[in-house]
Amino acid sequence: MKYSAISLFANALSGHKKWPVQFPDKEPKKEYDAIIVGGGGHGLGAAYYLAKRYGITNVAVLEKGWIGGGNTGRNTTIIRSNYLFDESAAMYDHAVDLWDGLGQELNYNLMFSKRGVLMLAHNVHDVQSFQRHVHANRLNGVDNKWLSPEECKAFCPPLDISPHRRYPVMGGALQMRAGTARHDSVAWGYARAASKLGVDIIQNCKVIGIRRDPDGAVEGVETEKGYIASKKIGVSAAGNTSVVMEMAGLRFPLESYPLQALVSEPVKPVMPCVVMSNAVHAYISQSDKGELVIGAGTDQYTSYSQRGPLHLQEHNVAAICEIFPIFKRQRMLRSWGGIVDVTPDRSPIVGKTPVKGLYVNCGWGTGGFKATPGAADMLAYTVAHDAPHKINAPFNLDRFVGGRLIDEAAAAAVAH
Amino acid sequence: MFEIHCPYCNEKRSEIEFAYAGEAHYVRPTAQEQTEMSDEDWSRYMFIRDNIRGEHAERWWHNSGCNMFFNAIRDTVTDKFVMTYKMGQPRRTETQIEAARKNNAEQKAKS
Repeated sequence: MKYSAISLFANALSGHKKWPVQFPDKEPKKEYDAIIVGGGGHGLGAAYYLAKRYGITNVAVLEKGWIGGGNTGRNTTIIRSNYLFDESAAMYDHAVDLWDGLGQELNYNLMFSKRGVLMLAHNVHDVQSFQRHVHANRLNGVDNKWLSPEECKAFCPPLDISPHRRYPVMGGALQMRAGTARHDSVAWGYARAASKLGVDIIQNCKVIGIRRDPDGAVEGVETEKGYIASKKIGVSAAGNTSVVMEMAGLRFPLESYPLQALVSEPVKPVMPCVVMSNAVHAYISQSDKGELVIGAGTDQYTSYSQRGPLHLQEHNVAAICEIFPIFKRQRMLRSWGGIVDVTPDRSPIVGKTPVKGLYVNCGWGTGGFKATPGAADMLAYTVAHDAPHKINAPFNLDRFVGGRLIDEAAAAAVAH
Repeated sequence: MFEIHCPYCNEKRSEIEFAYAGEAHYVRPTAQEQTEMSDEDWSRYMFIRDNIRGEHAERWWHNSGCNMFFNAIRDTVTDKFVMTYKMGQPRRTETQIEAARKNNAEQKAKS
């Protein structure tokens, strides 16, 4: 069924009790042309693009829990592409291009809102480095502009730009095409659209082994629901990528850390955009429900526990109160943690692996959500062609041997 | 927030006194080895870490306490520490970890 104002009206008449199931929960077949391990936005998106763009419809998505229950539902929903290096700009901007119109394409309201992301500069170093980012972005065709403190205040009224503050606002870099989207909808929208094209979405189906033929190429996966054959396996398992890769005897340059975020009680609209501050180290936006959504860097130790200590949340909130004293009396409602897989250069790994037929999309660290459509498309392309697209070619595994890193860790337009 | 047993102070202290310091028993190749080793081996040393889902041998630093580094076995799924031990002691074997786990359970049952 196509979602529209008419279908909404018709279903309202029957008390919203007759909506059809969005996508069926399938049992696995014996064999698929391609299997995607991981049913988050990235994995579901990859399955969708395999079917939609690259003509492989006999695809299964295997998810150990429920779809969108991992990092897709555990982020702060920020979308932007103002990264420094050419490779990153191409990758993230491809994603932002796809975000445009994605709701129409999937026939699903993703609540994508281009409300702008404002990155605050608090010292001379910030000013210089952000202006460098602005220029680098514009050379790459990525929109980004420099604002004076007064322009920052005009764009985001709750800001305090008094020069006497401990961390004065000395300006900001604004990307207008950036913004937020409803993260659960992204998973559901991709799942529904992929399912319509013939993709099987199999939940509660943990992969426990990868079977390989005598030449070393993949033959299929052992799962909790039995053996499933496929000559092509795309792994999109975020924080658990190391665990899955171990099954194929591969060790990856990844470490898994919890990344926490929290929301306040809902309030009336007060934050018109997303504000990030690297120096004070936090970011904030307001959801359509009215909650202030707050996040910062990862926890300090590796973990798979999907939660973290309270004192780090306190630290995040303290940083927000430093920038926005107006929120000092705001009470926090709930918090969560996702497990992010961090690479040494803070750039993802998207492409082929040393094992034939095994492809990977991982290492997005703290910035995976914004890249969802782009990463999904690149994984799908690589799986379909057995070769990377020119956008994801630089994001290969070999760069850690050859030394051609994409060092966004040092460039850090982002709070890691 | 949890409490961590520092083997030098020999007492349990709050997590905020400590800093995580990466995988334990990680040996830097000597200058001689570095000149002779392949790019693959150097990459393995530089970038590849265990990232275990389960019991992980790791270093911690009591930076707001006695300022000493020590090693620990921690379950990365529950974040529970199985044991901590002093720097320079060998990697703990499966039997030693099992014994520590049993000991912890007994202690817990007593209290």
